Amino acid sequence: MSLVLIAEQILNGLQFGIMLFLMAAGLTLIFGVMGLINLAHGSLYMVGAFAAAAVAGATGSFLLALVAALAAAALAGAIVEMVVIRRLYDRDHLDQVLATFALILIFSEGTRWVFGSFPLFLDIPAYLAGPVTLPGGIQYPLYRIALIVCGLLIALGLALMITKTRIGIQIRAGENDREMIAALGVDISKLYTIIFALGAALAGLAGALVGAIQSVEVGMGEPVLILAFVVIVIGGIGSIKGALVGSILVGLTDTLGGVFLPQFFQLFMEVSTATNVGSSLASMAIYILMGAVLIWRPTGLFGNSQ
Amino acid sequence: MISERYFNIAILALLIIVPTWAYFADEPFTITLMTRAAIFALAAVGLNLALGTGGLVSFGHAAFFGMGGYVMGILAHHAQTFTPVAEVPFLIEGTKSMPVIWLVSILLSAVLAWVIGFLSLRTSGVYFIMITLAFAQMMFFFSISWSEYGGEDGLSIYVRNSFPGLNTLDPIQFYILCLAILLIVLGAMARVVKSPFGLALNAARQSPQRVDAVGLNVKRLRLVAFIISGAITGLAGALFADLNRFVSPTMFSWQLSGEIMVFIIIGGVGRLFGPVVGALIFVALEHFLGGLSDFWHIYLGLLLLMIVLFGKGGIIGMICGREKSHG
Amino acid sequence: MVEPVLLTEGISKSFGSVIACENVSLDLRPGEIHAVIGPNGAGKSTLISQICGTLKPDNGRIFLHGTDVSSQSVRERSLAGLARTFQISALAMEDTVLQNAVLGALGATGNPWKFLSEALPDPNYRENAELALKRVGLLDFKNHRTAELSHGQRRQLEVAIALTLNPSAFIMDEPMAGLGAEGSKRLTGILDEVRTEAPILLVEHDMDAVFALADRISVLVYGKIIATGTVDEIRNNPAVQEAYLGESK
Repeated sequence: MSLVLIAEQILNGLQFGIMLFLMAAGLTLIFGVMGLINLAHGSLYMVGAFAAAAVAGATGSFLLALVAALAAAALAGAIVEMVVIRRLYDRDHLDQVLATFALILIFSEGTRWVFGSFPLFLDIPAYLAGPVTLPGGIQYPLYRIALIVCGLLIALGLALMITKTRIGIQIRAGENDREMIAALGVDISKLYTIIFALGAALAGLAGALVGAIQSVEVGMGEPVLILAFVVIVIGGIGSIKGALVGSILVGLTDTLGGVFLPQFFQLFMEVSTATNVGSSLASMAIYILMGAVLIWRPTGLFGNSQ
Repeated sequence: MISERYFNIAILALLIIVPTWAYFADEPFTITLMTRAAIFALAAVGLNLALGTGGLVSFGHAAFFGMGGYVMGILAHHAQTFTPVAEVPFLIEGTKSMPVIWLVSILLSAVLAWVIGFLSLRTSGVYFIMITLAFAQMMFFFSISWSEYGGEDGLSIYVRNSFPGLNTLDPIQFYILCLAILLIVLGAMARVVKSPFGLALNAARQSPQRVDAVGLNVKRLRLVAFIISGAITGLAGALFADLNRFVSPTMFSWQLSGEIMVFIIIGGVGRLFGPVVGALIFVALEHFLGGLSDFWHIYLGLLLLMIVLFGKGGIIGMICGREKSHG
Repeated sequence: MVEPVLLTEGISKSFGSVIACENVSLDLRPGEIHAVIGPNGAGKSTLISQICGTLKPDNGRIFLHGTDVSSQSVRERSLAGLARTFQISALAMEDTVLQNAVLGALGATGNPWKFLSEALPDPNYRENAELALKRVGLLDFKNHRTAELSHGQRRQLEVAIALTLNPSAFIMDEPMAGLGAEGSKRLTGILDEVRTEAPILLVEHDMDAVFALADRISVLVYGKIIATGTVDEIRNNPAVQEAYLGESK
């Protein structure tokens, strides 16, 4: 097992984690401010990916595709918020879960109806294709490096937005006291729509960016959504910092576990059993991590305890 | 408004009359559909104890459904290949006997529910939803990666398992078996809800601090409810796998967890027959709408959305009026 | 001196820089009603929460029958004989009045692990529950949904549930609020009777009731007890007068 391999896998895990962060950030923001659990967040991820694939197919421009992903997901998010979601803020979690589950069904089948059941493909643009050589002689795909950089920039942007801008102040105030910011003359329902659209746009962007390394297909969003839930449980609901730390932990655990656990078991088992046991355990690794965090800190690493 | 009691009797009659008609009209497919509905109903009756009475919004009951399914699959697979399930620490043989399979399904689902419940009940509210969902997903990925039992492709069973004195391959006989189990469990649930345990669990949903203050252990009440709930859904999983003579990771999927919840909501949360009505409607929609359009899930989604937004209390709530709600 | 049923020994609690409870020591003796009064925000709720176990004091200890219960949970304290009523009703609103009372009776037996027998008709719970409802005057309402009760009736149900527990000490958080003159008088009679079974720590705003019932009164201001004494002692205490009259200026 070479150092190069380890470095490569760490980068893979990091890249995966950063993409999870884009999902988890929106989810945790929406929960923190509006108290809403949104299962349809994965659908917005899918909408972004499909919009990107369609626009890239029509224009050949990757940048336009990303713009389309952001716009389509934000628009879909804003519409969904205004038509359905805002009726759910005062409802219990069961209603929220079911209504957003219904939205998943509608989004998924609607997308299948428009685009068909076959996966679409989104190509990595030529200027981001191919490997680069990193310090230490590690060959690594340029596109994945771009994903990591892009994700970190967005995390930084979010942090700045929340601490420095007017809307960020409103968001933080909204987390603490809904009535107070209403009393201060902030248009709550507009603020909620904006936050929801922002979360949706992040999810859509993640869908488009990941769409270029995986296939774009119906149902691509939900596994990522559930991983984002694991991230939030680990990081603590409502905490952007928790979402970042949790994402990277989950990304690394999943990637490194998948590669190294089978090899680890080969140290004292025969190859086929080791691969079997190792990969089964690896598939459970992040959930075991989640369980451990729950035992240690039931409200997550950065959640408020009570 | 019709009294809920008469409505329940009507549903019961439906469960008997439709298959009887199908039997004499030689429509075995209808019987299979009714069997599917009865098994789904059983799974949802299990969830209803946790969700309706206990207020525990579990989005991970597919974990137990799949557990029951895989218990059946694994035991029957070993029986049909004449290999032991395990030789250490002691010899475990496969089996084709339904009662044994059911017992093992119930036990192992209960153990799984104990572990998942123990961890998930350390939290509440939205955390609980996400964690149960995550643990079911864990089982899903585990079943995919476990290649010894088919991995992604699942396990097929050549011949349906046997029950003493019955020919389970005959659709109507298998249906009667499933219906009998459903009715027994429904009868037991009707009692559990009114029992001291049910009373305390129901109160713990509405006012946990009160239950705490009278000296009862809220967390333990909920954990026990979750275990019973998981065990029943696990039994349903074993029956479902037997119905299809096939088990695959999709039995662990999040969609299935969602659907089990949907049965309850369509029928009516916390109502004894809510899960039965919901499962019947679901299977009917799946059959009739699925025949009309490939995209029938859109209509299911719209129906569900309407019920959540505007029709609290589900179908039974609309027909029989408000008696209980989860509000 | 008789051993107190309940004793707090210098308990303190602060939230950030706000001191909600400062070095509070009070005792509850057998057979007495000990009232805690004080202006809004004096820390009465914080005090009750600490005694019942929903809040953990920063400092100090709490004894029940001489046993240190400071680190016990709400449930353990309840099992040790502490029964409370809530200021904001904590009842199963969808259930009937009788079901709520039976829950208390069930708590008194300590065993909810019966799955197949019906709870309501079971005389083990029913007699206890109906007796308690009768005492607070709610027996005629036993089949009403709790949500249909008036605020005053909900307070009465709170008291009834506490009665089913046959506790060795009652902690009552404003049981008179919203009762009206008639109900207040009735409940005053009930509490007067109950004190012989178990002493009552009574947090109350209704001064008529307090003066009619209390053997001793403690006055809590800004988290501190400024005076403890009999009704007359408290009435004539200059510090108390200042605290109250000063408040009302």
